[in-house]
Amino acid sequence: MGNVLVFAEHHAQKVLKTTQVAIAAGKDAAAKSGGECQAVVLGSGVDAVANEVAEYGVKVYVVDDAALANYTADAHAAALAQVVNEKGAATLVAAATAVGKDLLPRVAALLGAGMASDVMAFNADGSLERPMYAGNAIATVSITSAQKVVSVRTTAFDPAAKGGSKGAVEKVAAGIDADSKKTKFVSFNEVKSDRPVLTEASIIVSGGRALKSGENFKTVLEPLVDALGAAMGASRAAVDAGFVPNDLQVGQTGKVVAPALYIAVGISGAIQHLAGMKDSKIIVAINKDAEAPIFQVADYGLVADLFKAVPEMTEEVKKLK
Amino acid sequence: MKILVTVKRVPDPNAAIKVKPDGTGIDTTNLKYVVNPFDEIAVEEALRIKEKGGGAEVVLVSVGDKVASEQLRTGLAMGADRAILVLAPADLDSLGVARIFHKLATDEKADLVLMGKQAIDDDSNQTGQMLAALLGWPQATFASKAESLDSEAEKNSQPGIQLSGGTAKVMREVDGGLETLECPLPAVITVDLRLNTPRYASLPGIMKARKKELKEIAADSLGVDIAPQTKILKLSPPPKRQAGRTVESVQELVQVLHNEAKAI
Repeated sequence: MGNVLVFAEHHAQKVLKTTQVAIAAGKDAAAKSGGECQAVVLGSGVDAVANEVAEYGVKVYVVDDAALANYTADAHAAALAQVVNEKGAATLVAAATAVGKDLLPRVAALLGAGMASDVMAFNADGSLERPMYAGNAIATVSITSAQKVVSVRTTAFDPAAKGGSKGAVEKVAAGIDADSKKTKFVSFNEVKSDRPVLTEASIIVSGGRALKSGENFKTVLEPLVDALGAAMGASRAAVDAGFVPNDLQVGQTGKVVAPALYIAVGISGAIQHLAGMKDSKIIVAINKDAEAPIFQVADYGLVADLFKAVPEMTEEVKKLK
Repeated sequence: MKILVTVKRVPDPNAAIKVKPDGTGIDTTNLKYVVNPFDEIAVEEALRIKEKGGGAEVVLVSVGDKVASEQLRTGLAMGADRAILVLAPADLDSLGVARIFHKLATDEKADLVLMGKQAIDDDSNQTGQMLAALLGWPQATFASKAESLDSEAEKNSQPGIQLSGGTAKVMREVDGGLETLECPLPAVITVDLRLNTPRYASLPGIMKARKKELKEIAADSLGVDIAPQTKILKLSPPPKRQAGRTVESVQELVQVLHNEAKAI
């Protein structure tokens, strides 16, 4: 059966944790299809990255080209489609990160291949499981084209660990045509934070509209976030109200997270929020309204005024340390 | 300047979605349908670009059943100029839809295609990127803006996407921050939540929309291969979480998290 090619995303010369997830998913898919799992690294000056990816026990193709120095969809898609065709990969896999979501459908269209997004599982019969309707339905889908493109949900697979015999690293010439170099990267404004990244944190404390203001996120919620060494998240309602920036949004339309502990503060539990966090291991809800839907998914619920409960909790947590 | 904007008919995001017991789809009894919320933001952005001057024409396009004309009328009532509905079977996949839009964008000689970043029914987030690839155009997905939706710029209905001299400057929501890129037109831009707050259709707008052109075209008359490459075999309800319990105090909560759940 055909081989699986994993797009290995990297940032600042580092292999991302989400890439480890994609490698794990790719290995799973390859095991089920009877093919080999391989990886591809695109960029400029990325030998070290390619070598690191090879330590996960996969053969690595590298396209090293100045046009790939910054991520742009057109140049990356052209290079990636070429590698898929040249190396005869049957399935292309990437993590459903911002880059993966931007890149993979473009590659699928270049290949004329069918694509499934946000896949949670590869079934033995070749079908796939993916969420629809904000996670209110799980679809079993099959891709019928010869080449298949799959983005995987970053919370659905455990990150791959290094090990096994190191894979070979093979350079592939890019051949990116001028038409695929139209997009110009201008700048990246990184949101600087000493806290863990939302999608990688083991504890997340999220605030909702009940926080009432951005100021309250700072004075009420953040002390608890920091006492727990957690990442801070927010509901769409809080984002829409302008309390916090959108990159903190957890939900169907924001980030999908599955930390060991998720604490929802003043969040009612709209369907679209639940879709982004209900795979968390333990869910805690703190809300004044005992009827709030969030309590239906919470392992531990506390019906209380957050403005009293959260500072109290911050003190209690500090006592543990 | 001609701007094509996609409008998809989707279930109301606030409706409770239930899978039918036989797994063939969702229960549509009494289900209300709306314009895909992301597409609504795309329509608003197109109208702002038009209102800023330069004489743009805003053309709405949709693929689906005849009833999708309701959502196109909504977009026309917001202020779009005309609409095209491609009548197509329900089992189309993203690539099929992208191929239809490819044909429309080419025939219409569009300078810009604005789309929602994803439709909230299938949640695929594919069609815009696929369309850009088919057209050979640059793409900018997840367009956003730095100012909050409470800002003065937003109150003055300023577009977030900057167009000048045949170039689009777009701020994008990516992991860990905001990225800015520039691409020449024609281009495909998909929009994220924080780009704008869509307007409501005014009563005069609704009256005017009734008289605006809404052309229906059969998909098979376009000469486009729309045979699906993906197939939904069945739908299942998501696994349910076990019911939890209520704790009486903050002290109890911290104790159970520490001693019982060992989470902190």
